[in-house]
Amino acid sequence: MTVIDFQTEPSRYRHWRIEVDGEVAQLIMDVDEDGGLFDGYQLKLNSYDLGVDIELADAVQRLRFEHPAVRAVVLRSGKERVFCAGANIRMLAGAAHAHKVNFCKFTNETRNTMEAAGADSGQHYICAVQGACAGGGYELALACDHIILADDGSSSVALPEVPLLAVLPGTGGLTRVTDKRKVRRDRADVFCAMEEGVKGQRAREWRLVDELVSNAAFEESVLARAKEVARKSSRPTAVEGIALTPLQRSFDGPDSVVYSTLSVAIDRVGGIATIEIHGPGEAAPDSVETLQAQGAAAWVLRCARELDDALLHLRLNELDVGVVVFRTSGDPSLVAAHEKLLLENDAHWLAREILLYWRRVLKRIDLTSRSLVALIEPGSCFVGMLAEIAFACDRSYMAEGSFEGDNRPPATLTLTPVNFDRFPMSNDLSRLETRFLGEPDSLEAARAQVGQTLPAEQAADLGLVTFAFDDIDWDDEVRIFLEERASFSPDALTGMEANLRFAGPETMETRIFGRLTAWQNWIFQRPNAVGEEGALRRYGTGLRGTYDKRRV
Amino acid sequence: MLTAGEVSYDTQIPNNVGLSGDRRVLKALERWHPGYIDWWKNLGPEGFQDRMVYLRTAVSVDPKGWARFDYVKMPEYRWGILLAPQVEGRTIPFGEHYGEPAWQEVPGEYRAMLRRLIVIQGDTEPASVEQQRHLGATAPSLYDLRNLFQVNVEEGRHLWAMVYLLHKYFGADGREEADGLLQRRSGSAEAPRMLGAFNEATPDWLSFFMFTYFTDRDGKMQLESLAQSGFDPLSRTCRFMLTEEAHHMFVGETGVGRTIQRTCEAMREAGIEDPSDIEAVRALGVIDLPTIQKKLNLHFSLSLDLFGAEVSTNAANAFNAGIKGRYQETKIDDDHRLLDATYPVSQLVDGRIETTEMPALSAINMRLRDDYIRDAAGGVRRWNAMIAKTGVAFEMTLPHEAFNRRIGVFAEAQVTPGGEVISPEAWDAQRNSWLPDGSDGAFIQSLMKAESEPGKYAGWIAPPKIGIDNKPGDFEYVKLHEA
Repeated sequence: MTVIDFQTEPSRYRHWRIEVDGEVAQLIMDVDEDGGLFDGYQLKLNSYDLGVDIELADAVQRLRFEHPAVRAVVLRSGKERVFCAGANIRMLAGAAHAHKVNFCKFTNETRNTMEAAGADSGQHYICAVQGACAGGGYELALACDHIILADDGSSSVALPEVPLLAVLPGTGGLTRVTDKRKVRRDRADVFCAMEEGVKGQRAREWRLVDELVSNAAFEESVLARAKEVARKSSRPTAVEGIALTPLQRSFDGPDSVVYSTLSVAIDRVGGIATIEIHGPGEAAPDSVETLQAQGAAAWVLRCARELDDALLHLRLNELDVGVVVFRTSGDPSLVAAHEKLLLENDAHWLAREILLYWRRVLKRIDLTSRSLVALIEPGSCFVGMLAEIAFACDRSYMAEGSFEGDNRPPATLTLTPVNFDRFPMSNDLSRLETRFLGEPDSLEAARAQVGQTLPAEQAADLGLVTFAFDDIDWDDEVRIFLEERASFSPDALTGMEANLRFAGPETMETRIFGRLTAWQNWIFQRPNAVGEEGALRRYGTGLRGTYDKRRV
Repeated sequence: MLTAGEVSYDTQIPNNVGLSGDRRVLKALERWHPGYIDWWKNLGPEGFQDRMVYLRTAVSVDPKGWARFDYVKMPEYRWGILLAPQVEGRTIPFGEHYGEPAWQEVPGEYRAMLRRLIVIQGDTEPASVEQQRHLGATAPSLYDLRNLFQVNVEEGRHLWAMVYLLHKYFGADGREEADGLLQRRSGSAEAPRMLGAFNEATPDWLSFFMFTYFTDRDGKMQLESLAQSGFDPLSRTCRFMLTEEAHHMFVGETGVGRTIQRTCEAMREAGIEDPSDIEAVRALGVIDLPTIQKKLNLHFSLSLDLFGAEVSTNAANAFNAGIKGRYQETKIDDDHRLLDATYPVSQLVDGRIETTEMPALSAINMRLRDDYIRDAAGGVRRWNAMIAKTGVAFEMTLPHEAFNRRIGVFAEAQVTPGGEVISPEAWDAQRNSWLPDGSDGAFIQSLMKAESEPGKYAGWIAPPKIGIDNKPGDFEYVKLHEA
């Protein structure tokens, strides 16, 4: 199997173009039919597969870091009479279940990033739709802050998945129609049950789009709208971006990936991947100007990018890895210093973007369907944003005191302000708030310890780690846990973990990743969609799907 | 490095597991040790803690000469940790891992199951010591008193064996469970022992003999099946425990046998022909044979309950996992996986007892119970041979497996010792002819007077044929008058 690589850059894009003009960028989708990630399908009508979405994610990311002056991004098609036909059906029909699930998760995360660009960073997406905009195409539009539809009697928006393919608009479609755009539920029912979609006036009346524009005035109106949005943005002007240079990454044999700030080691027998993050080796930049000068070389940005890449690599390429172990090594005070520079300069666009990026990476950890465990050991540096990784884990094990024959300093855990207000989960609560949902006093007790170096006993007392063990028990307890985990059903674990991780209020995001995704993943397993006579399989053959009519 | 069979005395705890080189476990066991000694002093044999008792102590795991006899005060007994030597290249002898190398560490996926089995086994060991703690006051001889204490200290050692496994292989949870073994109490309402039979009182010496014959034999069968375990340290531990357990069964078989023998001899001396002439026999100061049969009925049926439900998912899981095998597993000629095999299981169908073929995997308990019944029948045959030799016309019998049960398919039914299902009313009417009642207990109790002169025996029990460690008849097994 070929390894799916999430690293790309604009000169290698096959499906997208970025055109920047001052405060407005055009992000143009022009999918190369023959540029599919796998064989066996053509990406007709601007349909997409994971490869197309990897480029989109890269573009969205680069617009934040490389083009900070851009305040409005116009998402549009580079093809005539078609905006986007959605995820490629033949690709979906031929893909293994796990690939479909991970594909959908990644596309969902990217859609969320597009929304977050506007909400968190004042870089707003405007979708300019001419031609057919169906399924995943409309879901792309839904992820934008504003949708402009050509009022030409043929351009339309549609979610035809249910009638046509016997699956769901699973990239947030159902959720955003009702939650974000607040389309009335009965109209949403009509809309989601029709193949041909809705155009013109009705689309606007039903709030499926925000604005109708004639073809003649389309370019002009879109640009005017983009400029208006840009004007309202709070994003700083006249700032220089930084280049997201290629990651330092080497595949050291099949079981090891080495980055500049972390390494991934895979134990095939145990089904365990260990991500060990190395804290910074050098002092923090002395000013935010130095940080900007360091750009992508700054430890705190490198680490986020590399961690992000490592997670995606494990998700898509290492399906047999059931457990991800997080370890850290390094000087806690240096981690704290690097983080502190960001916090003290959070009005600066880059410091702010890096913190926001960490927020997204941490969410990516939350949403990784593997058992996650943090091992907080002597010599580790779980401080602030790195401590947050431990809070994202299903369990954390912390070593008590010194270990015999080990001269590294005893394990500590350090909370910083980021653990309380910088990194909300998809439920909009911090991980500690979610952790202490039933014990608000514990949250306050933890807050009182900000900046303190907490040894294991204290971290355990504060409820910040699951277990604290001394060196007498450490090896055995950790081994037994990992072996036990490996013996359980991966499906049951995925379900269990996904349920336990997201206590508290529902948000649009939790509904997308919980309700919508879970149903979609069930439907993806059912014969009505993927059986020999299922609609997904039969798509394009002229035959309709044959359904088992029993409701479950 | 210790060689197999060599026992180290360089730590507080004699052992052949290299404890002095295992700081972690040594520390844990040394932390547990004071609690154990407190438990022994408070709940171990009452009244004899500072007496010198002639006890055997395991000093090696070599089958030839593993024990040494000497006088020792019980609290100073060297409770050691002894595992049978490791068998080179041992493989898992049954279940889905059949043929794979035996585990030297706990496999994570079976940790909870293994811990549960070890805790249940461990819980029985101190329980019987607690049950028997008052018996010293009424010992029929110094020989019997010594045997009681021997059984007690070895049950204590078996507790150590299980605690060692918990400390060595089960981390913090294991230590918690090891503490729990000292916190539960036989017969306590607050924190009873885990299995029913271990919360029953052992009020008299005949009960003690019956207990060691029938209930310790359940222990033997459990140890036999755990000795087959794919978890090698458990297997090795249980194999060595079986060496000691044989003595407990010997105490039971000879104790019941000597009681029967004395009764028969007294009947012959008095010219009583009819064993059912209870009044006449009791007047001789011996326990009549029908009452002994009733005690047998009680202890046998209580012990059968210890095997659990006939059809058991837990037992099937433990077998399939390679954790707990069958009696003499390696000598059984089958595939040792039991995926398709069946086994006959007794069932209660419309008020009748019938045998149904069930999946052998889920009938593991039933099979072990059948093996137990066969094993238990041996001693009964020997007792009957002895009765026959004295010329008394009486035979001891094992009651039907469905008789007087509280656990399993027969729990709801009333069944006679002969295996006939009867009505609750009929049961109530005849219960006292099958099971001891208050007056039987009171009579036995009336005979329980301590005999503390070396070489002398209470009138209801015959002397043994041969002394412990080949000592002469008047050997002072327990020194009551010097410390």
